[in-house]
Amino acid sequence: MHFNLFVIPFMAGMIALLILLAFRYSQWLSNLETGDWRKIGSNLFTLKTIYAFREIFMESLIHRKVFKVNPLLGYMHMSLAFGWFMLIVVGKFEAFYYTGKFANEFYYPIFFRFFEQTPHLSTTLLNFNASMDLILLVVLSGIVVAILKRFRPGMTGMKKITRHSVGDRLALSSLWMIFPLRLLAESTTAGFTGNGSFLTQPIGNFLNIFLPLQSISMVFWWMYSLALGAFMVSIPFSRYMHIPTELLLILLRNWGLKTNDNFTGFSEIEVQSCSRCGICIDTCQMNSQGKNATTQMVYFLRDYRYDQLKPDLSDNCLLCGRCTQACPVGIDLTQQRVLQRKKMTFPQSAQFKYLPVNQDIDKTEVVYFAGCMSHLSPNISLSMEKIFKADSVKYLFMDRDGSVCCGRPLKLSGQFEAAKQLVENNRQQIIASGAKTLVTSCPICYKSFKEDYNLKIRVLHHSEYLPELISQKKIKVLPTGKQVVFHDPCELGRGSGIYEQPRNLLKKFTDLRPLSQEKSDSLCCGGSLGNLSMDTEERCAIQKATADYLNSGNPEFIATSCPMCKKSIGQFSVAPVKDIAELVAANLVKIGQENHKLLKYRKLQDAMDIQ
Amino acid sequence: MKEWGYSILKGRQIDFENNDFSISRFVELHEPSFSWCIGCGSCTATCSAAKFTDFNPRKVNLLIQRGEIKGIEDEIAKCMLCGKCQLVCPRGINTRNVVQNIKRAISKSYAL
Repeated sequence: MHFNLFVIPFMAGMIALLILLAFRYSQWLSNLETGDWRKIGSNLFTLKTIYAFREIFMESLIHRKVFKVNPLLGYMHMSLAFGWFMLIVVGKFEAFYYTGKFANEFYYPIFFRFFEQTPHLSTTLLNFNASMDLILLVVLSGIVVAILKRFRPGMTGMKKITRHSVGDRLALSSLWMIFPLRLLAESTTAGFTGNGSFLTQPIGNFLNIFLPLQSISMVFWWMYSLALGAFMVSIPFSRYMHIPTELLLILLRNWGLKTNDNFTGFSEIEVQSCSRCGICIDTCQMNSQGKNATTQMVYFLRDYRYDQLKPDLSDNCLLCGRCTQACPVGIDLTQQRVLQRKKMTFPQSAQFKYLPVNQDIDKTEVVYFAGCMSHLSPNISLSMEKIFKADSVKYLFMDRDGSVCCGRPLKLSGQFEAAKQLVENNRQQIIASGAKTLVTSCPICYKSFKEDYNLKIRVLHHSEYLPELISQKKIKVLPTGKQVVFHDPCELGRGSGIYEQPRNLLKKFTDLRPLSQEKSDSLCCGGSLGNLSMDTEERCAIQKATADYLNSGNPEFIATSCPMCKKSIGQFSVAPVKDIAELVAANLVKIGQENHKLLKYRKLQDAMDIQ
Repeated sequence: MKEWGYSILKGRQIDFENNDFSISRFVELHEPSFSWCIGCGSCTATCSAAKFTDFNPRKVNLLIQRGEIKGIEDEIAKCMLCGKCQLVCPRGINTRNVVQNIKRAISKSYAL
């Protein structure tokens, strides 16, 4: 029986942690939806579980995604997480090898060098000893990086780091203290017993020259145990709750759970998995271009976790999805924000009984929904009409005469019930038209039609529809050879995953130039309807920064596929901003006449070249 | 007497002493741009809801600033929050946040 009084703080902390965790886990799991349990049941004994464990290893221990952000930042996270994990595992096996039995006292491997003070003689034990020292060295190097990062964030590729609360700082200090104290405890013991290895033994020998190690080593063992216990107790109340919760999150996510329109136990697990690493702060354009470093997801989730969330903070977000893309934990951050807005919404907020219910709608093949914002840049809907006419398809311009909103702006503001009224009204009309295809020009509407309308027909954004028409040879576009850059709208790109179709379309008739920040990394135009409380000045700062960025390569046109982006960037852009529908319509040729026109165009170009 | 289609207007004066400025104060506190309105009516001209009903964002703004808030909850409930008014506003008023805060103020007075 190995025992000493100093193990009590550690054991007490550990037991408190386990009780609290069991209590919280059962609370969250009991809040899962019934459908979620069915998903878990059907996926439990499949390959998905193995993938989940692989992901846990890659993300929770190695921190692959953090490595992608910055190698040094990745090393810092890995050395702490993987290093500590290895200390536990190797320590366990060391104790197993030494005693010959697998089940020892829980704390025995952790304080192994205190309980076994006779110097080892067998090579295996010496190797164990050396590897434990090596791992400790790796962890300590990680802590050095972590401390330096507090003073020089730029070193790890971060411009801004999270401003932590007092509780988090205490937890952070206890975590940082654990490993230096372990080093001191082991070194001071090694100094008078000789059970250390290449790291602890020289330090111990050195300290032994001028310190009475036999009497002070006990102090360090106590402090080491206290630091461990303090950290264990702080876990459920601090950011370090992410350590146990992220494991559960990865498992559940691999089993097919995700956050939908309701805040469930799974959403709570997502919230608690936030490690407050602060990677979302740098990616947020409201910080990098708008100088607002208080509204980012890390602070939003923290305020929610401690019940301090205010509508002003919750409303102040573009919902562009850049943070969701960057989050190393993979939390669906935008949806979390929308769900919190839903919780804070007001009762009886909207009434749309005045909307007309059109029963006698002509049957058509294609329904075209321009969207509110397209009405403010009517060239887009005019171009689309021109294209429909060239294709000679029977179409219905659903919101030609006064538009009913698709409902997404209300949904993004949290008023789900109000949005449903609009959804129902539009849905009736779309179904009544008997169309097989719904084409929209607005990515905001597109996402809404796709996700909320439950339509049984094809829903296409025009950047999907137009390439289809061209490849089916229904319309023909004259090549222009103009230099164009493409700006990805948030709702179409990150929101709906449509990156390639508009690019392929543009490549057919323009000289599409690549950008350094494009596709999932593209900037938000700043006009987003997701943000309710941002003032116009700040909005303009983001719009201008994005416009400047897109103009940096001096393109002849900036192409986009969203009326909102067109208007936002257009205000500040040097190059004209065009929707891809406008570009297609402007270069449309009648089938059969293309050779004639092309010849004329080539002649013109040759003439210009000669000049 | 025969109805001629004419009538005498009732006395029309703004009673600043008895009007209710609670909503006005609340909105101004949370969205200061609320008071920048010059009443140009661009918002009403572009409003999606105004196409179908007699909803009038300019009027709503004016009446709230005057403290004449009778029936305001039915009026503001017509807004679809589409954001067109915000794009056309020459004063750069954050109109959507104004609407949100009016609704918030109304729901607060319900709670009282």
